[in-house]
Amino acid sequence: MTMPYYASAEQVMRDRSEYARKGISRGRSVVVLTCADGVLLIAENPSSTLHKVGEIYDRIGFAAVGRYSEFESLRVAGVRLADVRGYSYNRRDVTGRVVANAYAQTLGSIFTEQMKPFEVELCVAEVGSTPESDQLYRLTFDGSVVDEPDFVVMGGQADAVTANLREHFRAGLPLRKALEAGVAALSAVSASTQANGGTHASLPAGSLEVALLDRARPKRTFRRITGAALRTLLGADAPATEPAATETEPGEDAAAHQPSTPAPGTPPGLGDPSAADTAGGTSEAPAPDDATPDDATPEPGTPA
Amino acid sequence: MSEQIAGRSGFTPAYLDRVGSSFTDFLGVTAPDLLPGRRTAPTTPVGDLAPHGTTIVAATFDGGVLMGGDRRATMGNLISSRDIEKVYAADSWSVIGIAGAAGIAIEMVRLYQVELEHYEKIEGMTLSLDGKANRLAAMIRGNLGAAMQGLAVVPLFAGYDLDAAPGTSPGRIFSYDVTGGNYEERGYASVGSGSLFARGSLKKTWRPGLSADAATRSLVEALYDAADDDSATGGPDAVRRLYPILYRVDAEGAVRLPDAEVAEIAASIATERSAGPETREA
Repeated sequence: MTMPYYASAEQVMRDRSEYARKGISRGRSVVVLTCADGVLLIAENPSSTLHKVGEIYDRIGFAAVGRYSEFESLRVAGVRLADVRGYSYNRRDVTGRVVANAYAQTLGSIFTEQMKPFEVELCVAEVGSTPESDQLYRLTFDGSVVDEPDFVVMGGQADAVTANLREHFRAGLPLRKALEAGVAALSAVSASTQANGGTHASLPAGSLEVALLDRARPKRTFRRITGAALRTLLGADAPATEPAATETEPGEDAAAHQPSTPAPGTPPGLGDPSAADTAGGTSEAPAPDDATPDDATPEPGTPA
Repeated sequence: MSEQIAGRSGFTPAYLDRVGSSFTDFLGVTAPDLLPGRRTAPTTPVGDLAPHGTTIVAATFDGGVLMGGDRRATMGNLISSRDIEKVYAADSWSVIGIAGAAGIAIEMVRLYQVELEHYEKIEGMTLSLDGKANRLAAMIRGNLGAAMQGLAVVPLFAGYDLDAAPGTSPGRIFSYDVTGGNYEERGYASVGSGSLFARGSLKKTWRPGLSADAATRSLVEALYDAADDDSATGGPDAVRRLYPILYRVDAEGAVRLPDAEVAEIAASIATERSAGPETREA
C-alpha cells in the first residue's frame, strides 16, 4: 500500500494561491471605475471577440482577468443566474450582491476542493442612480469578496495601475475624463506603449475594450463603446498619436458619442409584459455631470 | 430554487456548463416547472375560465413593419379587460403580438423576451430573424396539450431583418398555428377572433410599398373594422382614452407609437365614416 505524501493544509493552500496568482499576473490589466455617467469598464484587450468585460443584467456588468475559458464559464453562469432570478421574481430583484455571492461561493469551493484553482479575478459592478450608490465587488480566486469604493484594478500589474489611477481619479468625473484616467493608468504599465518599449504614446483604440453601464439608460444599461465612438472619446486631445488605430469599421457612425442615446444596434433593453414592470428601473439619474466642475479635475499626466 | 443556486457550493454544474445559449433549454434542466410547456395540460376544456386576447394585425411598409392590437380580453361572454396589452417588443428589432389564452400568452412572451436577451448576452450577438421565428415556433409547439383544452396561444411575430438582401423588404411577418407551424406572410397578416374582418379590411387598404403613415392608418382601420363586426374585439375607446397599441419596427429599431398619434388616426377614421355611406343608409 502506498502512502500519500503528507502536505499540511497551510502548504496546500499556499501552493494553490501562488499558482493562481502566477496565472493571473501574466494577463493584461483591467480597470473598472465609477464616473458621473455610470460605471466604466476598461480592459487592455487586443481581441475584439474574446471579451474581458460583459453584461450580466440590466444594471450589472462583469469584468475579469486571467484564464479566458474559466472566467467565460463564470460569466455565463452569472448571466444564467440573473436571468433565472429576473424571470422567476422580477427584474428589480436581481442585484449585484446576489451575483457576487454566487461567484464567491463557487470560487471558494473550487479553491478548497479541487486540485487546480481558477486562475481568475473578477469584478461585478452594479450601477446605481448616483455615483455614490454604485457597487463594485472584487472577487479573487479563493472566493474572497471585497466591496470597493471608486475603482477596481485587476490583473498583472494591478499595483502599478492602482498607484497611477489613485493620482488621477476623482469622484464623479465625466465620462471622457474617467476614460482618460483609466487609459492613462493602463498605458503606464502596458508593454505596447513607448514608455515600456512599444510604439504607441498611449494604448490605441484597437487594443482597448471599453464598456459603460450607462446610468441614464432606463433598462439594459450596458453598452460597448467601440470603433469611431471610442476613437472620438479617446482622440480629442491626442489625434496625431495614433495613426495605427485608424482602421475604420464600415457602417460605424462617426458622429460624436452621446451617453444617453443608444448607438444603432445596441439593444435598449426589453419591454416587459406586466405593466408594473415596464416602469421598473426608470429612476432617472439627477444629471450629476452638470454639477461636476470640469475645470477642477486635474489632467491625467501622459504616461511617463 | 435560488437557495440551491447560491448555496454552499455556489453555482451547480449546470450553470457552469458552457454548452448552450438558450434560456428555455437551461430552464428545462434546472427549473422545468417554470416553463409553460412542461406542465400537465388540463384534462377538461377550460377555455371559458381564462381571459382570451383577440385581434392582432401586422403589415409591412417601405422601411419596415408595423404591428397593432386592440385592447380587449374576453372570458366567455364577458369583457374581462378593456386595457390589456397584447403587442410587445420582443427585442430591439422585433415585435410579438398574441391572441388566445392571455395568461399563458403573456408568460410565453416574457419567456421569449428573456430567451432573446439571454442569447444576446451569452453569444454577444442577436439571433437572425429566422432564428427568432423558429424559437417561437418551438415554444408554441410545447403548448399543444393545453391548446387542445381551449388554452391555445397563437402569436404573430414581425421584425426588421438586419440581414435582408438588397431589394427585398427588410420588414417580415411570421404567423403560427397551434401546432407550432411557422409561416412567413407576404405583406400583411392577422390573427385572433376578429382576424377575418381585419384581413378583409387590409386587403382593400394595404398596398406594397406603402409609407409608414399610410400603413399605420391601414392597420388602425383594420382594427376598427374588426371591432365593428367581432364582439370580442374592442374599438378605439375615446371615453376612457384607450386606443389600439401599435409598434413600428424599422432601421431605428422597435418603437411603440404614442397614444396621441393613434388617437388622432382613430378620430379621423371615425369622422370619415360618419360622413360615409353606412350612416347615409341608416
